[in-house]
Amino acid sequence: MADLEIKDLTVQVEDRVILKGANLAINKGEIHALMGPNGSGKSTLANVLMGNPFYQVVRGEVLYKGEDLLAMPPDERARKGLFIAFQYPVSIPGVTMASFLRTAVSARRGYDKELMPVGEFQRLLRQKMEELRIEPSIVTRYVNEGFSGGEKKRAEILQMALLEPEIAIMDETDSGLDIDSVKIVSDGVMRMYEAAQGGMGILVITHYSRILHFIKPSFVHVMFDGRFVVSGGPELAEELEQAGYEGIKAQFEVIAAEVAHEGAVRRAGKVFWVVH
Amino acid sequence: MATTNQLGIDVEKYKYGFFEPENYIYKARKGLNAEVVAMISQMKGEPDWMRAFRLHAYEAFLAKPMPTWGADLSTINFDDIYYYIKPTEKPAESWEELPEEIKRTYDRLGIPEAERKFLAGVGAQYESEVVYHNLKEEWERLGVIFLDTDSALREHPDLVREYFGTVVPPEDNKFAALNSAVWSGGSFVYVPAGVKVDIPLQAYFRINARNVGQFERTLIICEPGSYVHYVEGCTAPVYTTDSLHSAVVEIIVKEGARCRYTTIQNWSTNVYNLVTKRAVAYRDATMEWIDGNLGSKITMKYPSVYMLEPGARAEILSVAFAGAGQHPDPGGKVIHAAPHTQSVIVSKSISKDGGRAGYRGLVKIYPGAKGSRSAVRCDALILDERSRSDTYPTMEIDEEDVSITHEATVSKVSDEQLFYLMSRGIKEDEAMNMIVRGFVEPIVKELPLEYAVELNRLIALEMEGSVG
Repeated sequence: MADLEIKDLTVQVEDRVILKGANLAINKGEIHALMGPNGSGKSTLANVLMGNPFYQVVRGEVLYKGEDLLAMPPDERARKGLFIAFQYPVSIPGVTMASFLRTAVSARRGYDKELMPVGEFQRLLRQKMEELRIEPSIVTRYVNEGFSGGEKKRAEILQMALLEPEIAIMDETDSGLDIDSVKIVSDGVMRMYEAAQGGMGILVITHYSRILHFIKPSFVHVMFDGRFVVSGGPELAEELEQAGYEGIKAQFEVIAAEVAHEGAVRRAGKVFWVVH
Repeated sequence: MATTNQLGIDVEKYKYGFFEPENYIYKARKGLNAEVVAMISQMKGEPDWMRAFRLHAYEAFLAKPMPTWGADLSTINFDDIYYYIKPTEKPAESWEELPEEIKRTYDRLGIPEAERKFLAGVGAQYESEVVYHNLKEEWERLGVIFLDTDSALREHPDLVREYFGTVVPPEDNKFAALNSAVWSGGSFVYVPAGVKVDIPLQAYFRINARNVGQFERTLIICEPGSYVHYVEGCTAPVYTTDSLHSAVVEIIVKEGARCRYTTIQNWSTNVYNLVTKRAVAYRDATMEWIDGNLGSKITMKYPSVYMLEPGARAEILSVAFAGAGQHPDPGGKVIHAAPHTQSVIVSKSISKDGGRAGYRGLVKIYPGAKGSRSAVRCDALILDERSRSDTYPTMEIDEEDVSITHEATVSKVSDEQLFYLMSRGIKEDEAMNMIVRGFVEPIVKELPLEYAVELNRLIALEMEGSVG
């Protein structure tokens, strides 16, 4: 069994079904990329995995290290090693980054009655900030408040570095970053990945293959209209870069029409389609 | 709950709700009439003018109607309250002289330790009379006077007489009149011209007997160019019968002087907290009120600043927390009576479990107060569906050439914020605490360290059990 196993996951927001039976398995030590056009359900998947109450799971299950992930509140998921770098992190006015980060790291490291000792925390924080080239002054600012797009994304990766997840989801971390920043962030992520020595799996959600030049996935999945429509190796990302999503979309529409007609599992080219 | 906070300060010693057996030399009877008022004055050995002032105020108290606005005060029974209790015969000179029981109470409040660290002088009010007072020697050399008001009346009668009742006259309102009739204790602070007192003066007191009205009277005089920061913190043990706290604070801030007055209150939830606080600020003077209101059944308190001469400035920051059955109605008043005066009011209220908090304020600008500026900001945070927040801002602007801003927000703890914090492993109740602490942070950061710690701790206590 995979460390993270998503089976037939169907999710809706209010009356709209967004994920339509998604299946995916990720292990520690693996890097997966999830690509797909806007609105295909990538961010929904990430948020559902973390337990965002905005989304309702209507069918399917997710097993995390053999346990029912969907039954856990978000904080428990996080303490057990699941992490998401958000696409749109929210701000928490009046709460300093330092206080927030120390509370979070303490929770992840199992401090229950008290917080991690200040000295130890600050050494850790300083080291991670240097690696990610983050301005030390960020720690006295309020969580995400007044941060530029780039600062928010880097702050998310800083949290990832501090929390040392076992499965990390990066939701469009590259969007809004200039190429230098993408490189710094990616280098930081790769350092974490290598330091974990097979202890960390990553799911990189992205529109573009740009970030995948730095964080090299072994598996690439493409999502379309709430389903995984194609999976492959790194070459799939290259292909998408050349052909764009239009090619996939055209194939998808052909198959979808046939499936609707015949109600069967079909495969054509790189696209497959499963009816439930 | 953590036993130490983020700053590494032991918070276990801040345990409230305990009480000591009553052991008083003298105990007045319940209820009030002119005879009781005269007796209080006589017991204290006061000069004639003060006895007359008290009796006059008592007449005003009888004549004044109860306020018909704000919180519901109809359940106060004036006949069921002790108006004067004298805990020891004379104020103690040092910590060692205090009665064991009182010492124990203060030990639990951490007074001697706090003093060692931060305090420059302590005026601790136990019941109706100040029993312990200490002022650092260098300030005495500078001519700073920091006494309980009763002692000040004995030792500096002319000074007290010159200013007493000039900012808040007995006729101001029913509760100011009551205080004027039966006042006891409180602080008297006099800062001579040009003297800057760089460590806060603190008075830490608590009510510790059933039905004891606390009627302390504080008078602060800042001579030109001086600076002082006065801090009062109150905690009260939990009792089931109703208590009344009705203080009067008068402050005179002369030319170019600056006074900051910080209050952190945590009255037990049966206390009626009806306080009149007012300052007058002269040319280029600055008056700052910082007011944290936790606990109490009802709080009606509107710290005011009368800016009487050009260049005067006022700042009023307040936090109110309303839990079940509580109705804090705090606010502030700024009176611009001269050109180029400036004021800022920031009010933050939190309500939960059906509590009701709000803001009631007045910005008044008199004709001719040209070039004056006022900014008011009220933020309310509502933690559940049963709670509410009311905002009553009043603006009376009789001058064209002014700049006035008013901003009000009402928010709920957002699911997105909770989810974000929880996604980092932080439990729901702690996440909620962090959001609330963040909400009041603009005020907390203005407090001396110890009080910031305590306010955060008190808020955490109030928040306990708010996540079901």
